[in-house]
Amino acid sequence: MSITEQKAAAGMELQSQESTYLDAINQALREAMEEDSRVFIIGEDVGVYGGAFKVTKGLFDKFGAKRVIDSPLCESGFIGAAVGAALMGLRPVVEVQYADFISCGWDQIVNVAAKIHYRTGDPVPLVIRAPSGAGLRAGPFHSQSPEGWFAHTPGLKVVAPATPFDARGMLKSAILEENPVIFFEHKYLYRRLKERLPKEAYEVPLGKALVRREGNDVTVISYGAMLHKAIEAAEGLAEKSISVEVVDVRTLTPLDRETLVGSVKKTGKAVVVCEDNFSYGVAAELTATISEAAFEYLDGPIVRIAPPDTPIPFSPPLEDAYLPQVVDITAAIEKLARY
Amino acid sequence: MEPTKEQLMDMYYYMLLGRAFEERLEALYRQGRIPGAIYLGRGQEASYIGSAYALKTGDVIAPTHRDMMAMLPRGMDVKSIMAQHYGKVTGPTRGRGEADYLGDLSKGIFTTVSMLPDFYPVAAGAALAFKYRGEDRVALAYCGDGATSRGDWHEALNLAAVMNLPVVFFVINNKYAYSTPNENEMKIADIADRAAGYGIPGRTVDGNDVLAVHEATLAAVDNARTERGPSLIEAKTMRMRGHAGHDPYDYVPKASLEEWEKKDPIKRYEEYLTGLDWFNDDEREVLATRVGNEIKDAVDFAEASPLPDPSEVTTGVYH
Repeated sequence: MSITEQKAAAGMELQSQESTYLDAINQALREAMEEDSRVFIIGEDVGVYGGAFKVTKGLFDKFGAKRVIDSPLCESGFIGAAVGAALMGLRPVVEVQYADFISCGWDQIVNVAAKIHYRTGDPVPLVIRAPSGAGLRAGPFHSQSPEGWFAHTPGLKVVAPATPFDARGMLKSAILEENPVIFFEHKYLYRRLKERLPKEAYEVPLGKALVRREGNDVTVISYGAMLHKAIEAAEGLAEKSISVEVVDVRTLTPLDRETLVGSVKKTGKAVVVCEDNFSYGVAAELTATISEAAFEYLDGPIVRIAPPDTPIPFSPPLEDAYLPQVVDITAAIEKLARY
Repeated sequence: MEPTKEQLMDMYYYMLLGRAFEERLEALYRQGRIPGAIYLGRGQEASYIGSAYALKTGDVIAPTHRDMMAMLPRGMDVKSIMAQHYGKVTGPTRGRGEADYLGDLSKGIFTTVSMLPDFYPVAAGAALAFKYRGEDRVALAYCGDGATSRGDWHEALNLAAVMNLPVVFFVINNKYAYSTPNENEMKIADIADRAAGYGIPGRTVDGNDVLAVHEATLAAVDNARTERGPSLIEAKTMRMRGHAGHDPYDYVPKASLEEWEKKDPIKRYEEYLTGLDWFNDDEREVLATRVGNEIKDAVDFAEASPLPDPSEVTTGVYH
C-alpha cells in the first residue's frame, strides 16, 4: 500500500498546502510542544536563529527561550544535560547541528543514555535529531551518515525516515518513546520532497518497515535519500519488464526483519542500498539478516550497494563517484534479475 | 546555621557506617568472596558525608564509582549496596551494573558510568529540569581531581553557568588520578580557581573536616536555591587506598600516607565531638554496635539473595 493509499485508508483530511520534509519535522516539533509542556528543544542556534537548516523556525517565538534553548557549543554538555532532564521527567529533543558533530557527544549517547535502562530500569525519553547525509557538496565533515554507529549500540532506537509523512509521524512517535531515539533526518531531502500532510496529528510507529513499491522479480531494500534513488531505478526497470519491489527500512533499530525477509522470500532476490559506507555497516546487517532467514528462498547472491570506505569528498565529481547513483542501482538490479 | 546535636551525631553515624562498610568490603574482596573490582573512598568520609548531608529530600546527587558513602545520607540501604557487590538480583542494578556503579533515582541518586565526569552534564540537566518546572530542588555532582581535565567537566560548568542552573559541582581532590599526581594533571594549585573562568563562585575546603565541608556545601546549595546559580567546591583530601582493590598503591610515599593518617577525618571528628559536653563513650558504643550489626545484616542479606537468572540476560535493554 502506498503512502497516499495509507492516508486515504486512515481517512485523514489533508492540509491544503504541500509540506516539505523540513516543514514536516517542524510541524511534529510544534505539535509535540503544544501537546506536552515537558517537551523542550536544546541545541546550537535553534532558538532565535531557527536552526542552521531552519528546522526549528518559529518555535522560539511561539514557545520562548525556556522551551527552545540556545546552548553554548558543547555537544557532550547539552546531550548529557538532556539525559539528566529526561531522567527528571522532561522530554528533551536535542538538535545536533550536523550528524557529523554527533561524535562530540558520543560518550553521553553510547555510555550514558544507552546504558541506563538495562541497569536501573529508568526510562530515558530523549530524542536526538541529527541532519545526516551527502549530496550537498558539503565535504567530509558535513555529509556523514553515521547511523551504523548507533544502530550497533544496544539501548538506542535509530530511525531514518524518507518522506515528509514519515518524518512528521516518526518524530512524533520518537518524542513519545520512553527510550533514547537517534532521529536521522536526511538533509538532502529537506527541501526536495513535498507532499500534502494530514491536518490532524498522527504517528508513524517505530520499528515498522514499509513496502513502498510492489514487485515480483527483485527486492531492493533501502532508506533515507537512497530510497528515492532505488525507487527511480525500479521505475526505470519497469520499462524493461523487470518488476522490482522496494522496501523502506525506516527504523534501523529495532529492525523489522519480518517485512524485509517476507519480501525477499517472495522475490527470491535482494539488493541492499545504503548511504552508510560499505564495510561493517547497515548494509552488512541487512544482508546478513536476509542470508540467515531466507537463504533457501534465494535465487542469486545478495547484492550490497554502498559508498566506498573513504571519507566523503567535497568536489562534485568525487562526491558523485562516492555516492551510489541510480545508474549503479539499476545496473545491479538488472544483473541480479537476469542471474 | 550550626548543626544540632542530632545532625552532628547523624554525620558521625554515616561516617562510621561508610568506613565499616568499606572495611568489610575490602575483606570480602581479599577473600575472593565478591566478583569484580572495588573502589574505596577511605580517608574521604568527611567530604562525602559533609556534602551529601547538606541536601534535602528531592535534591539529587550524581556520585562516581568511589562515592558510595555519599549515598548513605540519601537513604541508600547498605543491604542493597552489598547485594550489588555480590552481583545479586537484590542489588539496585539486579546484577547488571559493575559493583560500585549504583544508585537509586527514587532516592535522588544517579547511577554513574565509568567515564568521568559524564554525570556532570547530566546533573546540570537535572538542575535544568528543576528550574524548568520552578521546583525548589538542587543537583550535586561529584568527581575527583582526575575528571576535571576532561571536556565534560568544562562543558558542564560553562553550560550551568550560562543557564544559571541550581547545581553544585563538588570535586574531591584526593591528590591522585589513579597513579597520576596533581602536578601532572594541572598547572594550578587549587581546582576551585577554575570557577572564575566560568563566572561562578569557587571555594576550596578542608575535605577532612566534615563540619567545614557541610558548611561550604550548605552555602553552595543555598546559593543554588536562592540565586539559581551553580558553584564549585573543591574538597582537598587524600585517598588512603589504591585506585582500585588490586592497586598496591606504591606510587605514594609511605611518609605521605603516614602524615595523612594523622589527619584521619573520623578520628578528627571524634576529637571534636569529645570536646562537647554531651558526647561520651556510651554514645560512641551505641553507634559502633549499630553499625556493626548493619554491616553483618548486609552481608547476610547479600549472601542469601539469589543470583540473576541467565535467561534474563537480554531483558530490559529497552523500556
